[in-house]
Amino acid sequence: MNATTNAALPSSQSSPKRIRENSSVAQFLIHVFFVLACAACLIPLILVAIVSLTDERSILANGYSFFPEKFSLDAYRYLLGDAQRLLNAYGISILVTVVGTVTSLLISSLLAYPLSRKDFPQRNLLAFFVFFTILFNGGLVPWYLVYTNLFHIKDTLFALLVPNLLMNGFYILIMRTFFTTSIPGSLIESAQIDGAGEWRTFFRIVLPLSLPVLATIGLFTTLGYWNDWFNSLVFIYDNRLISLQYLMTKTLLSIQFLQSNTQNSNVGKLLTEMPTETVRMAMAIIGIGPIVLAYPFFQKYLVKGLTVGAVKG
Amino acid sequence: MPRTFVKYRSLWIMVLPGLIYLLINNYLPMFGTIIAFKDFNYTDGVWGSGWAGFKNFEFLFSTQDAYVITRNTLLYNAVFIVFNLVLALTVALLLNEIKRRYMQNVYQSVLLLPYLISFSIVGYLVYSFLSMDYGFINSAVLQKLGLPPVSWYMEAKYWPFILVLVNAWKYIGYSSVIYLAAMAGINQEYYEAARIDGANRWKQMTRITLPLIRPVIIVMTLLLIGRIFYADFGLFYQVTMNTGILLPTTNVIDTYVYRALIQTGDIGMSSAAGLFQSVVGFLLVFSVNLLIRKFDRENALF
Repeated sequence: MNATTNAALPSSQSSPKRIRENSSVAQFLIHVFFVLACAACLIPLILVAIVSLTDERSILANGYSFFPEKFSLDAYRYLLGDAQRLLNAYGISILVTVVGTVTSLLISSLLAYPLSRKDFPQRNLLAFFVFFTILFNGGLVPWYLVYTNLFHIKDTLFALLVPNLLMNGFYILIMRTFFTTSIPGSLIESAQIDGAGEWRTFFRIVLPLSLPVLATIGLFTTLGYWNDWFNSLVFIYDNRLISLQYLMTKTLLSIQFLQSNTQNSNVGKLLTEMPTETVRMAMAIIGIGPIVLAYPFFQKYLVKGLTVGAVKG
Repeated sequence: MPRTFVKYRSLWIMVLPGLIYLLINNYLPMFGTIIAFKDFNYTDGVWGSGWAGFKNFEFLFSTQDAYVITRNTLLYNAVFIVFNLVLALTVALLLNEIKRRYMQNVYQSVLLLPYLISFSIVGYLVYSFLSMDYGFINSAVLQKLGLPPVSWYMEAKYWPFILVLVNAWKYIGYSSVIYLAAMAGINQEYYEAARIDGANRWKQMTRITLPLIRPVIIVMTLLLIGRIFYADFGLFYQVTMNTGILLPTTNVIDTYVYRALIQTGDIGMSSAAGLFQSVVGFLLVFSVNLLIRKFDRENALF
């Protein structure tokens, strides 16, 4: 592709901002490349969406296809008919995501702010305390035993809120850097000369000035909670506490489990009533839905956040 | 000391919840790693159980598993690092060539979408292609080519390729965003000068763009090398649908520790493997950071 690209002569009509040029053939080839690359990203999602809308018999005859013989809404109808579990899972996911993100932002910024105060004597010691959690990790087993044997959070909502997801050393350090560089020390001093206490300074001056970093880290925390299935896998055995992502995991595995036991006549009968293949994919679509729908709105923050996290992490 | 404590009382109260959390979530498990040296049973707990010395480690390293999971973890990560670096740099370089900002944004957003999708859903996406009976590959592609269907979830030999592809699909967008941001920071005057001197696009890429983002490439790669002993649990657990028959090529340290802990309840083995990972992982992260520091102070962790 680059071999065909020759430097165009400097032309008078080039805009001052984008002075770099290349031939229109090269531009065309680059666009072809990206159309293909984007297709590669989207095609799995499109396939799943189409399968979820396919008539079950078309699938049994021809397999999953982008151009099914017959469309049908049976899968979604079936899921709506038994919506109790799905709605419950949605409720759990939303609750955990909202409560978790708010709590996380609060305790993270409360920890990061004193670390950014140059007059706070123990700030380096505490920063090391945070930093060491990034370097060394005790691993799954002791972590699991601390939460199950010491705090007994198995099968409670705490298991979805607290372990690992609530706070992240990287985010604390990013917040601290933001506080240090973007909030002038003189502003804090003058607030305190005016008689504002530490809490007032923090909530009335520091936090309102920190909305960019709170938005970025809040976004990543939200994604972390919403997409989490690992904590459920490890800690949750109670069906009432299954989050959306974990419901996905269970459905994928348990339909398969049923299929490998078809000699049992009851199971076989149950399966013929449920359009298993399409229901499975409809579940996936319902699970992806919120993120894909919300993506255009947070896309800008995501890109910003990724680059911040990478430069200083 | 007491006087400064009184003065900064409020700040101490502010940091308290966070510190307690780190103590519970991070520091207690660090001390808890001693169970790798214990003959653990649930009734006596971590402190009450008797000592086992290095017995757990002897057991672990006498099995074939220890070799397989270490090899798989290292090999997969090494391939991911190289493969994704080449692809992400290509994508970023080409994105950087696009004149229309709007299209650049659209492409970038679409390529980044897989990064947001959890592995529980990626499991479905892969299944829609690889399912034995109805999967797209078997029912559409292989059949059209006149080839017999493949039981993908029963043939371990295909999985290294599948996992490398899935991993690239998920993370290329992410890495290319970072490289593109680095490229956007390059002063346009370099290119102008190069153009006047008659350098073509290829020369500009290889002589200006790549050398100038080299620090970012090196730091990103070193950070990944620091984590080479940690596998992406979701990739190896969800995408393979936790299938036992695929273990020879898909078992990594993280999935081994999980299975030994939750599925077989072998605390001794899992804690030994976990500590092995923690210690080697720590040494790697630590030395990689020394390297980064030597070479680019700004981006070092310490």
